[in-house]
Amino acid sequence: MSEELKTIETLTKSEYKYGWTTDIEADSAPPGLSEDIVRFISAKKEEPEWLLEWRLKAYRRWLEMEEPDWQNVHYPRIDYQDIIYYSAPKVKDRPKSLDEVDPELLATYEKLGIPLKEQEMLAGVAVDAVFDSVSVATTFKEKLAEQGIIFCSFSEAVHDYPELVKKYLGSVVPHSDNFFAALNSAVFSDGSFVFVPKGVRCPMELSTYFRINSAQTGQFERTLIVAEEGAYVSYLEGCTAPMRDENQLHAAVVELVALDDAQIKYSTVQNWYPGDEHGKGGIYNFVTKRGKCAGVNSKISWTQVETGSAITWKYPSCILQGDNSVGEFYSVAVTNNFQQADTGTKMIHLGKNTKSTIISKGISAGKSQNTYRGLVKIGKNAENARNFSQCDSMLMGDKCGAHTFPYLEIKNETAQIEHEATTSKIGEDQIFYCNQRGISTEDAVNMIVNGFCKEVFRELPMEFAVEAQKLLGISLEGSVG
Amino acid sequence: MLEIKNLHASVEGKEILNGIDLTVNAGEVHAIMGPNGSGKSTLAQVLAGHEGFEVTDGSVTYEGKDMLELSAEDRACEGVFLAFQYPVEIPGVSNTYFLRAAVNAQRKYHGEEEYDAVDFLSLVKEKMKIVEMDEKFLNRAVNQGFSGGEKKRNEIFHMAVLNPKLSILDETDSGLDIDALRIVAGGVNKLRSKDNAIVLVTHYQRLLNYIEPDFVHVLYGGKIVKSGGKELALELEDQGYDNIREASDSAVAV
Repeated sequence: MSEELKTIETLTKSEYKYGWTTDIEADSAPPGLSEDIVRFISAKKEEPEWLLEWRLKAYRRWLEMEEPDWQNVHYPRIDYQDIIYYSAPKVKDRPKSLDEVDPELLATYEKLGIPLKEQEMLAGVAVDAVFDSVSVATTFKEKLAEQGIIFCSFSEAVHDYPELVKKYLGSVVPHSDNFFAALNSAVFSDGSFVFVPKGVRCPMELSTYFRINSAQTGQFERTLIVAEEGAYVSYLEGCTAPMRDENQLHAAVVELVALDDAQIKYSTVQNWYPGDEHGKGGIYNFVTKRGKCAGVNSKISWTQVETGSAITWKYPSCILQGDNSVGEFYSVAVTNNFQQADTGTKMIHLGKNTKSTIISKGISAGKSQNTYRGLVKIGKNAENARNFSQCDSMLMGDKCGAHTFPYLEIKNETAQIEHEATTSKIGEDQIFYCNQRGISTEDAVNMIVNGFCKEVFRELPMEFAVEAQKLLGISLEGSVG
Repeated sequence: MLEIKNLHASVEGKEILNGIDLTVNAGEVHAIMGPNGSGKSTLAQVLAGHEGFEVTDGSVTYEGKDMLELSAEDRACEGVFLAFQYPVEIPGVSNTYFLRAAVNAQRKYHGEEEYDAVDFLSLVKEKMKIVEMDEKFLNRAVNQGFSGGEKKRNEIFHMAVLNPKLSILDETDSGLDIDALRIVAGGVNKLRSKDNAIVLVTHYQRLLNYIEPDFVHVLYGGKIVKSGGKELALELEDQGYDNIREASDSAVAV
């Protein structure tokens, strides 16, 4: 084995850096799923009747649906009756400030490097922190409120802005959209809600840190972001999870709605526990993310850096309904050890002069499998639609796989579609070149991989880009040949 | 500075270097010439620490150290530089970023303080003049989209920035037009000093019109079969490698 391969292996074998659990007595539902559990969740959250009905509708549809098996990932059957669908940290009343937040919880955030207090004072980032399934701290809300921006937990939104929630919930991802989305619709626990009113440019990046905590708790987050006419918002989603043995199911739904001239930028850095080097444990991440450019000249950009999870099934998509609307998807997906990722996007062009860009960078190391799956669909009324797709794969070592499945459905002949794809191996010649200039193999791999992902990283907000680069380094510690 | 004794090296079981002896002192320029397949580039790669080659016998002493014990990056940090025959492209990594990483890795190795981006930029701008390089090359990805000549010039630029003790230039002249050759050779001459040494690996005599060597060695069949002064290069230019081939092939036959 060459020195490079060895270094790569060492790096690849480095342990998950964020592995710990916090002991907070959970207020949980018994395992299993039934109409009663759905009612329990809804009651626990003191929800209005219409929302309970919506959940039940989703639940009944879910019962009739089959778990999808077309994706290029393999995992043992999930026993949906063995999952706890509700768990909340014990908080008597909703805290009014950080002082009222469980100190142990705050300590966890410290470990994650998100000192809320500091963020409140210094960083200018509002954090709607989601811990297990209930939001426990929200910052900067008042400041945002001055401009009419709503940024709160989903449950709060249900109570405080029921009309808005009712209007937009399920408008992009219907309750019956797919197996995992239906499951989420039935049992979603909490998540984030953002509403930016007409003509308002949100003055700061909105950020939510997710963290999966209680053992065997499926996470069913629901996020809804609405940007009214001419509004702009940039939203950051980032997460790390504690190390544990059981596989954990995560089935989130994110819906974005952009009205005329509105822009939504949604950035994710995902670093859930990927399982150990033997493929044991790790998060199953089955996520439905979709944005609707409902208005003319609207724009939705997805940027994701996916380094974690044992299984990733995720296709952040754009429905380009408004004329001249723009959809973008920038993705870096890294898989190592036994991780499997099947990720990509769907760009659905319905309006005239709609444009979409897809830049996907897949990096596979160890024995992992990394699949890009993307659909570009041009509807029959979508005159002059344009799409550019670029899918690059990089392989590290000789035991991993990279796959690309681009699908095209063109129903209007004025469409212009370009697709480029490359597959490369981190070259020993590249590493030797770096070594010869004095750069260690580990640093060389980092440098080469970060260079490979540059087009995506530059779409991330600055501080997030730095975090993403570090994450990539951690995920691939010791992985090229 | 460098003492090579009876060096044997092979790749995938096939012996390519077959007992090289060579001594290089500080301040000297050595030219290594020879026909295709004689082992010139292999020698350059082995000295730089490429793992694709296995050293099966002999020794290499550099600045009093057993060079074969050092990894490629440690050799680089100890002042060994290889200008690649085929410089490697690193997409998405700017030339400046790459060079700063290299310089800082070397400074760290010597326990020196690392350069910040600002200080480094002023150093680099100074060095660019040596190879008459345009500043736009600083922000372009390492060797990506560079012409053959630009890549070679970039190698000498790296050499100027890294300031090595022992530079091995592997066919730096190949693929250069006459103007580029003049610039590259001019750069090398400016970097030549009594404290450093240069080993030029080349096919052709024409480079030696610009960079005058102190010694010329002819490599054939993995061995140095003839050594001399700069006049040996002219002789080779005149007569080709045929005489060398015949002489050493018949010697082997005997």
